[in-house]
Amino acid sequence: MDFNLSTISFAAEKNFTPVDPGKVYDVLIIGGGPAGMTAAVYCMRKGVDTAIIIKNIGGQVAETSSVENYLGYKYINGVELVDKFKEQVFQFSIGYEEGQGVTAVTDGDIKSVTLDDGRVLRSRALIIASGKSWKKLGIPGEQRLTGRGVAYCTICDAPLFAGKKVVVVGGGNSGVEAAIDLASVASEVVIVQLMEELTADKILIDKLNSFNNVSMIFSSRVTEIIGEDLVKEVTVENVDTGKSSTVVTDGIFIEIGLDPNSSFASGVVEMNSASEILVDSGCATNRDGIFAAGDVTSVPFKQIIIAGGEGAKAALSACEYILKRN
Amino acid sequence: MALFDVKVQNQLKDILKNMKENVKIINFTQAIECPMCKETRAFAEEIASLSEKLSVIVYDQIADSDMIKKYGVERIPAIVLLDKDGKDHGVKFYGLPGGYEINSFLSSIIEMSGMKQALPADIASRIKKIDKDVHIQVFVGLSCPHCPAAVEVAHRLAMENSNIKGDMIDSNNFVHLAQKYNVTGVPKIIINEKYELLGAHPMNTVLDVIESLK
Ligand SMILES: Cc1cc2nc3c(=O)[nH]c(=O)nc-3n(C[C@H](O)[C@H](O)[C@H](O)COP(=O)(O)OP(=O)(O)OC[C@H]3O[C@@H](n4cnc5c(N)ncnc54)[C@H](O)[C@@H]3O)c2cc1C
Repeated sequence: MDFNLSTISFAAEKNFTPVDPGKVYDVLIIGGGPAGMTAAVYCMRKGVDTAIIIKNIGGQVAETSSVENYLGYKYINGVELVDKFKEQVFQFSIGYEEGQGVTAVTDGDIKSVTLDDGRVLRSRALIIASGKSWKKLGIPGEQRLTGRGVAYCTICDAPLFAGKKVVVVGGGNSGVEAAIDLASVASEVVIVQLMEELTADKILIDKLNSFNNVSMIFSSRVTEIIGEDLVKEVTVENVDTGKSSTVVTDGIFIEIGLDPNSSFASGVVEMNSASEILVDSGCATNRDGIFAAGDVTSVPFKQIIIAGGEGAKAALSACEYILKRN
Repeated sequence: MALFDVKVQNQLKDILKNMKENVKIINFTQAIECPMCKETRAFAEEIASLSEKLSVIVYDQIADSDMIKKYGVERIPAIVLLDKDGKDHGVKFYGLPGGYEINSFLSSIIEMSGMKQALPADIASRIKKIDKDVHIQVFVGLSCPHCPAAVEVAHRLAMENSNIKGDMIDSNNFVHLAQKYNVTGVPKIIINEKYELLGAHPMNTVLDVIESLK
């Protein structure tokens, strides 16, 4: 029996304070992944009045089983790394809100940020670090059957498919990682991949090949998910021939990459065609006083160390902006 | 064999220092033919040994059927937490709260001991107004990082209002029950058998559902 103890959550000393809708902060940070938490540490060390709003603490890192390319740790599991980040943030008396998402932001000399529960917070500068979430297929049955056989988070839900048959959509790194996790518990795994071959890293493909209960359908996409209360089957279309077939399955994991969490800022800041926020090399958006960092931005390559670095940059730019204003 | 190694034992001891008053852990078990019962009992006893403020009582499903009835235990292994006065607040764990769930277990112990963060005034007054019976079942997986948050919300609601009961259920220990509720993703929150929420939701969303109950 393993115990994934998060010691920092119980630290007697948490210096943060509840967010205060009555005041105007210097900086508001949206998001509590590596980008947002790094920005928080930098802002607090610079002494600017800061609050951070976090829907799910840790972001994608909390859903990652092992990290082996964040310098300083040869190997660390995602939750442990998030714990270390938290420990560093919680030492400051930062304004703090966890569990609420931002639904809208407005620009102006004073920016405002609306939360899920309707509260409105205000600040002079804004750092958007809301990262990315699992991309949906957008096909019939997907939304209705989510949690009823349609799944995205492998480390959460793979054990529920013990002894069952599952389809994994996607043959890139996330798809193959999911297939590996599932192959050790499920009776049978079928990968449906749009390309003619897997596009994951070689080291992952080698690991996948060590299982004998995995099969693949190439050049194909899933077009419909069918079932009443639970997923029963999926329709798979060959993109070359246009022919459709049915795969009977107990579940389907959708692992086709990620979409930026930027909809609350649409119409406010400029974005590219993938809805990533456009930033310059100092993390500034096209709006004065609004900065963005990490996976939600157009910066290439989405990694923890990159998001952290971008978060630091955004914070320093925001602090400079505040200083110049005052 | 100890479930916790020395490092974890020391971490647990440190965390349990946050407890204010005593808390009683009741473990419901059965000697044979019960998956995870032995481990859950060992877990309860080991945790209890790490703080002077904790004590543990073990009841047998058959020999102590009156206790099963008294605490409304529906299946075993189960753990019920009682406050310093031995009062039951409807805070239950079905299955061994290992993996990530150790965090919700500790958090519920600490809150049951009286060390609670104040709730925002509007939330507190909404909870107070709930006057019908509410049963919140939170299906979890032990390898799910978001699940403890969902359990903590259910248990806190149970502690705040005696009409509310909150259960953690390990979906992989109670496979048939999980199947009955079509659990293929966790956390899944079932309220009064009828309403379901998928994922960990903040307290206000859970309250929205409770307030909509007929
Ligand atoms: C399965 C998996 C494995 C990975 N493995 C690695 C690895 O081994 N090494 C590596 O370097 N990278 C890895 N990555 C990538 C890495 O996790 C990301 O690049 C990094 O987490 C991005 O950080 P971020 O802070 O920009 O965004 P995120 O981590 O996505 O965090 C975004 C934050 O914003 C919050 N948020 C979102 N919307 C809102 C809203 N509306 N209001 C308020 N808050 C909001 C989220 O809850 C979260 O707290 C992996 C990713 C995945 C999914």
